[in-house]
Amino acid sequence: MNAVGRPSRPESGNDYSHPTLSGGRALLQDEPLIFERADWSRTGVDLPQSEVGVADDLGALVREAPIGLPGLSEPEAVRHYVRLSQKNHAIDLALYPLGSCTMKHNPRLNEKLARLPGFADIHPLQPQSTVEGAIALMNELATWLTTLTGLPAVALSPKAGAHGELCGLMTIRAAHAARGDVARTTVLTPTSAHGTNPATAAFCGYVVQELAQTGDGRIDLADLAAKMGPHVAAIMVTNPNTCGLFERDILEVARITHDAGAYFYGDGANFNAIVGKVRPGDLGIDAMHINLHKTFSTPHGGGGPGSGPVVLSAALAPFAPLPWIVHSKDGLRLAEHQGPDAETPFGRLCAFHGQMGMYVRALAYMMSHGADGLRQVAEDAVLNANYLKARLSPVMTPAFPEGPCMHEALFDDRWLEGTGVTTLDFAKAMIDEGFHPMTMYFPLVVHGAMLIEPTETESKAELDRFADVLIKLAEAAKRGETERFKGAPFHAPLRRLDETLAARKPRLRWTPAAPSQLAAE
Amino acid sequence: MRYLPLSPDDRAEMLGVIGVDCIDALFGDVPQAAHLNGPVELAYARGELEVERALAGLAGRNRAAGAGPFFCGAGAYRHHVPATVDHLIQRSEFLTSYTPYQPEIAQGTLQVLFEFQSQVAALTGMEVANASLYDGSTAAAEGVMMAARVTRRDKAVLSPGLHPHYAATIETLAAAVGMKVERLPLAVDAEADVIGHISKDTACVVVQTPNFLGTASDVTAIAQAAHAAGALLIVVTTEAVSFGLLKAPGDMGADIVAAEGQSIGNGLSFGGPYVGLFATRERYLRQAPGRLCGETVDADGRRGFVLTLSTREQHIRRDKATSNICTNSGLCALAFSIHMSLLGETGLRRLALINHSRAKALAQRLGAVDGVEVLTPRFFNELAVRLPGSAAAMVETLAADDIIAGVPVSRVDPKAGMDDVLLLAATETTSDGDMDRLATALAKVIGA
Repeated sequence: MNAVGRPSRPESGNDYSHPTLSGGRALLQDEPLIFERADWSRTGVDLPQSEVGVADDLGALVREAPIGLPGLSEPEAVRHYVRLSQKNHAIDLALYPLGSCTMKHNPRLNEKLARLPGFADIHPLQPQSTVEGAIALMNELATWLTTLTGLPAVALSPKAGAHGELCGLMTIRAAHAARGDVARTTVLTPTSAHGTNPATAAFCGYVVQELAQTGDGRIDLADLAAKMGPHVAAIMVTNPNTCGLFERDILEVARITHDAGAYFYGDGANFNAIVGKVRPGDLGIDAMHINLHKTFSTPHGGGGPGSGPVVLSAALAPFAPLPWIVHSKDGLRLAEHQGPDAETPFGRLCAFHGQMGMYVRALAYMMSHGADGLRQVAEDAVLNANYLKARLSPVMTPAFPEGPCMHEALFDDRWLEGTGVTTLDFAKAMIDEGFHPMTMYFPLVVHGAMLIEPTETESKAELDRFADVLIKLAEAAKRGETERFKGAPFHAPLRRLDETLAARKPRLRWTPAAPSQLAAE
Repeated sequence: MRYLPLSPDDRAEMLGVIGVDCIDALFGDVPQAAHLNGPVELAYARGELEVERALAGLAGRNRAAGAGPFFCGAGAYRHHVPATVDHLIQRSEFLTSYTPYQPEIAQGTLQVLFEFQSQVAALTGMEVANASLYDGSTAAAEGVMMAARVTRRDKAVLSPGLHPHYAATIETLAAAVGMKVERLPLAVDAEADVIGHISKDTACVVVQTPNFLGTASDVTAIAQAAHAAGALLIVVTTEAVSFGLLKAPGDMGADIVAAEGQSIGNGLSFGGPYVGLFATRERYLRQAPGRLCGETVDADGRRGFVLTLSTREQHIRRDKATSNICTNSGLCALAFSIHMSLLGETGLRRLALINHSRAKALAQRLGAVDGVEVLTPRFFNELAVRLPGSAAAMVETLAADDIIAGVPVSRVDPKAGMDDVLLLAATETTSDGDMDRLATALAKVIGA
C-alpha cells in the first residue's frame, strides 16, 4: 500500500477469470469490421473540391448507385489497423520456424532504400534515358544472382516462386521446340516436391510422374532411370529437398536427365541452405527460380508480394521471357519486344518489368552480406537447423536420423504414438508458448511431418529457449497432459477455428443483409 | 555481419553439441567437386552507410515522377498515397508475417483480407473477390484460364482496347496451356467489334474499360452477346480509381473482373510489386484462382477468419489445382485496403471526379495546341492524342527539358501503326502549372 492508499502489490489468491465485458482482453482489442461502423460517409483524406461538379460528359457511364464502401477518419484507421496487427505473429516477435518458408529477419535498411523516390516513384514506361539507375540496378541484381548460381543468364520478371516455375518450364518447352523436339509430354518430380511443382507442370499441359524416394529421403536413382526417356521434357527437383536433405546423387540425377535430352529444373526454394557454398550450375541444373522473399529476405508481408527470378543455362537463355536487359555501346537498355535485341523470347509473363521494389531490397541484402557474408548465411542456417535437430532428437523422432540435415530439420510423429496428441495439437500448443508452429504435415512422404527451419538470424539463446520449451512440451505430451494440447491454443487471440464450417458455407465478404450470420448461429 | 547473431564461440559450442568438428562436416552430402573453396567473386560485406550510398547513387540516376511535370499512365498511375498507409504497412506484425496458415495467430492479416475482399467485391460490383493476385495482367490471364475451365472451351477473344502487355501475357499463358487467342488490333473506340468474333467455341471475351487508349465504354451489349453464345465476359480495368466514377463492371454483366489495384495505396515502383484484383460471380467460385479468406467461428463460438476452399489450391490438389499460384500480393493488398478505408465512398468518388476533371483540363490544353488532335472520345483520366510526328521522338525531346510527357503507344505496341500517338494521364497530382509547361513545350517543338 502506498501513501495514497493505492495497493502496490497484487493481492494473492485472485483467480478471477470471467470473460471481459468488452470482449477484448487487455492489449488485445475486439475489433469490428470496417463495415460494422455506424457512419459510412466519413473520409480520412482531405481532397479539394473538383473543378467540375458532375461528369456530365460521361452520361450513362456514370456510376449512380451506392458503391457500399465505409470510410474512416485517420485516427480511426490507425487504431483499426494497429489493433488488427496485434493479432498477428511475426518474425519480429519470435522464432517463426516454418520449414521451407524461410522466415528470417527483414533488414529495415532494405525498406528504406526501396522507398527512395528514385526507385519508388518511377514509372515503368517513362523514357529509358530517365531511368538509367533502375536498369543498372536490375543488371547489378542479375550479376549477383548469376554469379551466386553459376548460371549465365537470368529472367527477372517472374513475380513469385510459382511464377518462376512457370517461366522455367515454358523456357524449357521453347528450347525443346526450337530443336523440333515436340514429343516430350512428361515432367518428373519427386513425391516430396512442393505442391507448386506438379501444379505448374500440369498447368503447362505436361503429364506429371512422381519419382520414388529412397529410405534415406533422396531420389531413387533406379526409379529415375526407369522413368526417364525421350518422352520426358524436364525433371523438377528441390535441392536441398523438402526433407531438408541434400540430394547427394545430384550429379548422377543430372547425368541421367541430360542423357535423355531432358532439362534439369531446380526449385530454388531452399537455396538459402547453400548460397555462397555451392553453385547450382555446378550441380548440372539448367534452370532454377530463386525466391527473393526467402533466400534474400524481402519481407513476406502476410503472403506476398514475392519475386522469383529464374537463372538459366546458356542453352536456355535465348528463350527467356521479355523484357531483356541489353548491353550496347550506349549502355544498358531494356528490350521490351521480340526483335534484333531479343530474337527468341517465349513471350511475356506480366506487364512491365517485374518486382522492382523487391529487386532493391534483395540487392541491398546481398550487398550488405557480401560474398563472404552470404556464405556465412548458409553455414549458420545449416548449423542452427542441426543444432535444433541435435537438441530435440532425444525427445522427438527425426525422420532421417542418419547424418546431418541442411537448413531444416524434419521430424515425424512416431514419438507421439499412444499419447493421443497429434502433430496439429502439438503445433497449436506451441502457439500458447509464444512460438509460431513449424510447417506441419509437409512433406507428404513423412507421417505427421514437422519441418523446422530456424534460419541463420536466430541467436543461440533464442534457439535454446525454443528447444527448452519444445522439450518440456514433448515431455508433457508423453506424461499424458493431453488437455494442454487438445484444446490449444488457449492464450491466442482466438481458439481453434472451424475450417470445415468456413468451407461448407463460404462467407467471403461482408454483406448488409446478414452482417454476421455464422457467429449468430 | 550485423544480421548474423552467432558468435565464433556459439558456433564452436553448437558444433560440439551436434558432434562434428567443423562446419563443412554438415555439408558432407555435397559432391566434393561442387564445393566452393571460398567466397564467389563478388564484393565483400558492407556497412549500412556504404550500401545506402551505393544504392542512393543508383536511385539518383532516375528521374522521379514527383520531380516535375509527369504524364505517364498506360496501366500504372501516380496518385497521392496518405502517409498513414505506408506507416501502417510497415508494422512488424504485417510486414514480417507469413501467409496466414495458423489462423489463431494471424487474425490481423485474415481480417484485413476479408475486408479487402469485401471492398473489391463492392468496387467491381461483383459477388465475390479473392485475396489478390500478382498484378492486373496476371489476373487477366488467370481469368482467361478460369473461363476455359468454366465453359470447357478453349478460345479467348481480346478486345481492341486491351493493354498490349496484358494481351501478351494472356497469349503467353494461353500458348502454354494450349488455348487459342484472337486479338483484335489496337483501336481507340472499337470494343463492340468483339461481338462479331464470338462463336460457339469462345470461352471468354476480354474487354478493357477505360481501355488502353483511355476510352470508357458501356460493355452491357458485349456481355449479352457473350452470354447468348455461352461465353463469359472478362472486364479488365487498369485504373482502380475509375471505379469511383464509372459504372461498375458487375452492373454491365461482367462474369469476371481482373483489375490492377496499384492506383490505390501503392506507388509506381517501376512496375511492381502491384496488386491484382480478381472478382467473379458466386456460381463460378470453385473455379477461381488464388487464395480466399472466409468467415468462421472458433471453439468458443467467436467470429474469426480462415483461408478457405483450399481444395482448389496447389498445396492440396497438386497437379489437379485450379492454378499454380501460391504467393499473392498480401502487403500491397493491405496498402490498397487501408487507403480505400481512408477514402471511403465519399473520398473515392471525390478523388475520381478530381481525376476526371484534371484530365478534361489536360485535353482542353492539348486540344488548343496547333497540330495536336485529341483521339479519345470519352475518357476517365487518360487520353490519347495524335501528334504531327513521332510520339517517341517527342517524348525524348521533352524529357531533355525535364517534362515526362507520357507513353508513346509505339513503346507498348510497335505494330499498332500508331507511331504518332501519345498516351497521357492526369491525376490529382497533376497541377495546372505542369499542364501549362507541357502545352507550351509541345507547341514550341511542333512549331519549330
